[in-house]
Amino acid sequence: MTTSDAHRAIEAVWRIESARLIAGLTRIVRDVGVAEDLAQDALVAALERWPETGIPDKPGAWLMATAKHRAVDQFRRNKRLEQKHELLGRELETRQEAAAADLDAALDDDVGDDVLRLILISCHPVLSPEARVALTLRLLGGLTTAEIARAFLVPEPTVAQRIVRAKRTLREARVPFEVPQGPELAARLSSVLEVIYLIFNEGYAATSGEDWVRPALCEEALRLGRILAELAPREPEVHALVALMELQASRLRARIGPSGEPVLLLDQDRSRWDQLLIRRGLAALDRALRLGGALGPYALQASIAACHARARTPEETDWERISALYDALAQVAPSPVVELNRAVALAMAFGPQAGLELVDALASEPTLQGYHLLPSVRGDLLAKLGRLEEASAEFERAAELTRNLRERALLLERAAEPSRGCRDARG
Amino acid sequence: MRVMVLVKASEESETGKMPSEQQLAEMGRYNEELARAGVMLAADGLHPSSKGKRVRFEADRKTVIDGPFAETKELIAGYWIWQVRSMEEAVEWLKRAPFGGGAEVEIRPVFEAEDFGAELTPELREQGDRVRAQAEQNQARS
Repeated sequence: MTTSDAHRAIEAVWRIESARLIAGLTRIVRDVGVAEDLAQDALVAALERWPETGIPDKPGAWLMATAKHRAVDQFRRNKRLEQKHELLGRELETRQEAAAADLDAALDDDVGDDVLRLILISCHPVLSPEARVALTLRLLGGLTTAEIARAFLVPEPTVAQRIVRAKRTLREARVPFEVPQGPELAARLSSVLEVIYLIFNEGYAATSGEDWVRPALCEEALRLGRILAELAPREPEVHALVALMELQASRLRARIGPSGEPVLLLDQDRSRWDQLLIRRGLAALDRALRLGGALGPYALQASIAACHARARTPEETDWERISALYDALAQVAPSPVVELNRAVALAMAFGPQAGLELVDALASEPTLQGYHLLPSVRGDLLAKLGRLEEASAEFERAAELTRNLRERALLLERAAEPSRGCRDARG
Repeated sequence: MRVMVLVKASEESETGKMPSEQQLAEMGRYNEELARAGVMLAADGLHPSSKGKRVRFEADRKTVIDGPFAETKELIAGYWIWQVRSMEEAVEWLKRAPFGGGAEVEIRPVFEAEDFGAELTPELREQGDRVRAQAEQNQARS
């Protein structure tokens, strides 16, 4: 095995083990920053040792043992560190006896709870959304700072700083490493779902840059969602989010044309939809619905996505049902963007005039100023009503507003020829 | 990336002998671990080749051959579909699987449309996708 082969293998082990490792260590040292440093030290040790010795049989246990030895060494050697991390020292002292048992336990059954605690703390509401995303990808996804920076098209130091600050904030706020009960758990989980969906959407409809989609980010979000669904199996909205992401991801291949341009939902070649993901999405939605209770925002959105997934041709789409689902969504999660989508569904179900009335009512909505989909949808409805000049102007405005270059090109084409491709729905 | 993990047949699987309770429990735990890591997308086990059939294609005729087939080690007994970030990750996962006794398990990356390059014209790709989607839909209904 060459060194670079070994390093790639170690990276793979790290990706598999890092979340459990950091979660287990956080339970012991009660500080996610210290835990991550210890885990990184163990990784460095592995990078030194494993190319010679080969990867041990239980690499997770090896990394955990090494990280714990580091912790004990540091604590013994460095009095200053002891004072600085008094908490860490005390914890370790009292726990040294139980260390061996702890080790096994940390890699055993309650590791699931540790990982859940780690997800909850990474998505804690004291952190800004950007910090939650960065910390989650780093601690749960095992991504490097450089990878996160590349994925979000921001400079690496920015991401590094977000992570450092996030860890400091968690320490200063003394956020406990625990799984809260009852309504607080639901509130905390909803913050986690928001973060996961944010990551997914950044991959699904890149807000900026040259690529229309970045599938690696979608895959990362899906993986986090699938993990969460295993950790919190009785939460309907968790399954619903997984369903929504699986169903949307099933269309990824069909959303990009031959030269990288976006292809809208109704123009997509449905034979390119990924049937494996559709099956998984419908199954996850089924699990969410069987858990009962009122449909939450993700269950409603997943139900809408399922309507599209079940239609073999655009003409088979049950727009009346989609329109009713949007009505329900507008009740539980009212937002101008939902209203805009509702307008599209309404137009498909009951004609462009019905949709246009709703869109016009939204025109003065302050949060939609600068949102390119408002003029884009309006342009489409106007085109359908034969008001081509007005439509063209709307498409031009939409093109000015989008930050995605591929999407801009598409909108400019429609501005030049507004009657063409007269059906619009986001894929 | 997606990979297919191919489990080869053995004397036992070919005679239709079911795994022991312990083997089943170990495999169950392993599958759970894969699911908990968000890696497993699909998994199936196959009946022995005695229940299988082959069709041989020659210039002017097609011959149906009934199982069982002789070359046990070349036969497939089951598969997983995994979502991983690299082949190395797939290897690390597979190393944790509860196999023993000389079993050999194969990992193959699944083709993405991009892998075909210029050979695959948009028309050909469309046709292939349609056929595959139809097959998958049929499977979903069955």
